[in-house]
Amino acid sequence: MTLEVLSRPSLAQARQLQPARRQRRHVLDLDDFSVAEIEAVLETAGAMQDVLQRPIKKVPTLRGKTLITVFYEASTRTRVGFEVAAKALGADTVSVAASTSSVTKGESLIDTIRTLQALGADFVVMRHHQAGAPYVVAEEVGPVTSVINAGDGWHAHPSQALLDLFTIRERLGRISGLRVAIIGDVLHSRVARSNLWGLTLMGANVVLCGPPPFLPAAGFCDGLPWNLERTYRLDEALDGADVIMLLRMQLERQTGGMFPSLREYVRTYGLTEERLARAKPGAVVMHPGPMNEGVEIDPRVARGPQSAIEDQVRNGVAVRMAMLYLLSGLPA
Amino acid sequence: MIRLAGGRILDPASGRDEIGDVLIDDGRLVERLAPNGEAVIDVSGFVVAPGFVDLHCHLREPGFEDAETIATGTRAAAAGGFTTVCALADTRPSTDTGSDVEALLTQALRDAVVRVLPLGTTTKQRAGQELSEMADMAAAGAVAFSDDGRAIRSASLMRHALEYSLLVERPISSHAQDADLAEGGVMHEGPLATVLGLKGIPREAEEIAVARDLALARLTGGRLHLAHLSTAGAVDQVRRAKAAGVRVTAEVAPHHLVLSEVAITDRPYDTNARTDPPLRSIDDARALLEGVRDGTIDCIASDHSPRRWVDKACEFDQALPGISGLETTFGLLMRLVHSRTLSLAELIGALTHRPADAWNLPYGTLAPGAPADVVVLDPDQAWVVDPERFLSKGKNTPLGGQALRGTVLLTVAQGRIAYRNGL
Repeated sequence: MTLEVLSRPSLAQARQLQPARRQRRHVLDLDDFSVAEIEAVLETAGAMQDVLQRPIKKVPTLRGKTLITVFYEASTRTRVGFEVAAKALGADTVSVAASTSSVTKGESLIDTIRTLQALGADFVVMRHHQAGAPYVVAEEVGPVTSVINAGDGWHAHPSQALLDLFTIRERLGRISGLRVAIIGDVLHSRVARSNLWGLTLMGANVVLCGPPPFLPAAGFCDGLPWNLERTYRLDEALDGADVIMLLRMQLERQTGGMFPSLREYVRTYGLTEERLARAKPGAVVMHPGPMNEGVEIDPRVARGPQSAIEDQVRNGVAVRMAMLYLLSGLPA
Repeated sequence: MIRLAGGRILDPASGRDEIGDVLIDDGRLVERLAPNGEAVIDVSGFVVAPGFVDLHCHLREPGFEDAETIATGTRAAAAGGFTTVCALADTRPSTDTGSDVEALLTQALRDAVVRVLPLGTTTKQRAGQELSEMADMAAAGAVAFSDDGRAIRSASLMRHALEYSLLVERPISSHAQDADLAEGGVMHEGPLATVLGLKGIPREAEEIAVARDLALARLTGGRLHLAHLSTAGAVDQVRRAKAAGVRVTAEVAPHHLVLSEVAITDRPYDTNARTDPPLRSIDDARALLEGVRDGTIDCIASDHSPRRWVDKACEFDQALPGISGLETTFGLLMRLVHSRTLSLAELIGALTHRPADAWNLPYGTLAPGAPADVVVLDPDQAWVVDPERFLSKGKNTPLGGQALRGTVLLTVAQGRIAYRNGL
């Protein structure tokens, strides 16, 4: 039978059909990034690192621009990272926390964004607990405002993935061909999803590892445009790994019936020095934060020589500066 | 008196397919008219069929008049070729008692342009705690009972509802979805949900609930109707249950037959493609179509679910599910005819006598003496969906801007012209 109406292009095909953009307007996820675009971000971030090492860590590049952060969910690293980045480039920043804004009076997402735009935002950096919210916003804002997704539900966290790529390359000199183990609550992790796009695009192989309820079911990984393997066993994931990314395990999932206890989780999936020895010598340990020390990661590993966790935070500023710089249309 | 002259008369109930005149006198179809005096409408070149019968339509009144009213919903129905719509009970207050049914029918007399047949709730206020007064409601004119929008969690309550269907001789229409498995889900669970980071509703949520309801229908001998099936597995179960003699009927919505979950990505996170049950895979759509063709699925029902703009212009998780479907049902389903997957007669049958037979309603036919519910169709005329031009208050459709082929030119409901477009 012919069901032409049903045979729409798959997601992967649809991405290839998208016309190449000359100038990107929003950063909502890495799913529409090209390798060249990611390279441009990483290179520009390198230049921004130099700026940050000067005695006066400030350039006037974005003077007169306004960046507004709107956070419907708590955050330290990401919100402050964007604000520091914007200030280092000379932009003005305003920060709105949903808990102290009109959102608590029932203002809708669209009204909130239109208000912020009327107030003159050039960049809206948004975190929201529901997947896809930044896309609603991107549809609504006028032609001069760029929307940056600072994390939406389980869906995407592109600036985190970019700073992870930057950190990996800084430590290991390359990304292509590396084996990256992502361990923990993958199902609910926007960090994992954005990294899957970025790492796949840059030629790395990803191993997802966690308790079965926290991995997308095997059948639900079929046909995905990601280079991935899955395993429930930590030792298999660590075997030969160049990079180990740990994800935060949330205690409320225990009461939700998704796993029996943190105690058992620590024994089964917690990264100790002993287990780390199974990975490649010099393997890099990463965590997007905030960490549960003693749960997914032993404090000695978190503070050990293989840990790049503080580098991730530091690099977050340079990478976010690069994102803002490139979005503003200035030459790479 | 009206003479619809020279059209192709297509009446799947009787197998009629011939060029001829359809005659209407005093609200009924007749074989001859008294000489002269009738209005003649030339419908040559077009298809004349029984008016469509919709077993599943949300009219939203009383309580949600911002989303739809009986006046606007029935005008939308007429524009979509429907002459009978069965109104779901999920209003505010819900249709819980005989007097609620009477009130709805009274208001329909005043406001409706097509026939409105109320459903009552299965449980009071759809709370899933106590049975509603089904006998009272049946006496007042309720045609079936449903808590649609919510599943009945308790198997024993569902059992007793099906037992009561034996007394009231009306079906219990089930929103068959396991409420625990579906909890928090907003789309089909599968690779696309993995990528989009949205919580999925697995097919098994429907399959488990269908299995339970079929088992209870077998146990009780009661009359079960399964609303808006969306999965291949459910179709298989219904096929086997029917073969085993279980008294079950089933419907499917146009969007589950023709669209798939990919519609969510046509525009990123398109809330207009959020439905309950969710749009599923192409394989499910194929199995549903096979079910329509072999009679496992009795009929196609619009599941017209108009929503306010604010209930769709928001985050995907926050959006209310549903498609405003009455005015696109025929055009959308005609894709199946134009792609030669379904014949025009099969399609019209699934919209007319098959739903009527499923619920034992005396409509959906062009037989002489039947109520004059007639629709004139142009199966080939192309048009572009513009939600702003809907007669429904609900502009929520994922089809906005898409081209469809197949239009409704004229709708006669109980002998009165309820909709006329270009004839």
